Amino acid sequence: MPNATTSGGFWRWFHGFGSPPRFDAFARHSVPWLAGVTIVLFAIGLIGGLVYAPTDYQQGESFRIIYVHVPAAWMGMLVYVVMALAGAITLVWRMKLADAVARASAPIGAAFTFLALVTGSLWGKPMWGTYWIWDARLTSELILLFLYLGYMALTNAISDRQSAARAGAILALVGLVNIPIIHYSVEWWNTLHQGATVSKFDAPSIDTRMLIPLLVMALAYQFYYFTVLLMRVRNELLSSQRRTQWVQQLLVNEKIA
Amino acid sequence: MSEFFAMGGYAFFVWSSYVISAVVLLWVALAPLRSRRTLLKQLRSQQMQQQARDQSS
Repeated sequence: MPNATTSGGFWRWFHGFGSPPRFDAFARHSVPWLAGVTIVLFAIGLIGGLVYAPTDYQQGESFRIIYVHVPAAWMGMLVYVVMALAGAITLVWRMKLADAVARASAPIGAAFTFLALVTGSLWGKPMWGTYWIWDARLTSELILLFLYLGYMALTNAISDRQSAARAGAILALVGLVNIPIIHYSVEWWNTLHQGATVSKFDAPSIDTRMLIPLLVMALAYQFYYFTVLLMRVRNELLSSQRRTQWVQQLLVNEKIA
Repeated sequence: MSEFFAMGGYAFFVWSSYVISAVVLLWVALAPLRSRRTLLKQLRSQQMQQQARDQSS
């Protein structure tokens, strides 16, 4: 166990940041700024993607679905990894903040994954002629959605917080195996889903005027996640720490809305 | 302008994708504000009950 008093600055910082009242104060001050950056990024990304990006020579205007589909799909996976790592930290160090992060992430990740599936379906219909097909990419993405929903159902069903945190963490860690399956599904199996176009960084097979709005939208989705995550973590901490002095004080101080 | 909304014949698919994304993302972002209000109300009434108990004992 690292000891905050003996092992130097980082652990002291880590310990302080991980303390619920400190984190609550940090989150309270950060949320308005993060929300502002999110809105600006969305505005730039949407104008770039819907107006300035040129028409795709193969897919016509339907390719513009990429700007809401790909960021949602990326975030669905990223949020899952965050959730599983936070779960691992909860298992090893029983850190309250990590459990709050995992719990707060699940519904956001589920929303991203749901959007990836729906927008993908709306893209598949005009391009492949079908809304749905049971191929590797689509099926593994659907499993990701079920993992999120399973995590939420499991952690809500167990009333003892510590047992809920452990069970949820184990589920999240086991489900982590699905993430590389989603990513490599388009290479391992024959699929209708197109291969990676952006992550081939040597020469992305996409026009720069198309790529930049996509990267801005991806950043917008990330900042959206951070914003909503902090809002949700504050609520999680408030609920789980209701008997502590700092929450009792906060109830007195925070104005009644 | 009408050409923009027509999306080269893909209007339904493109605009449904954007509208559904906007609705879901807004809903998920506003939900914690609502649940915070409910939570604060609940915790404040618990606090008041506790104070009443402390005074009567």
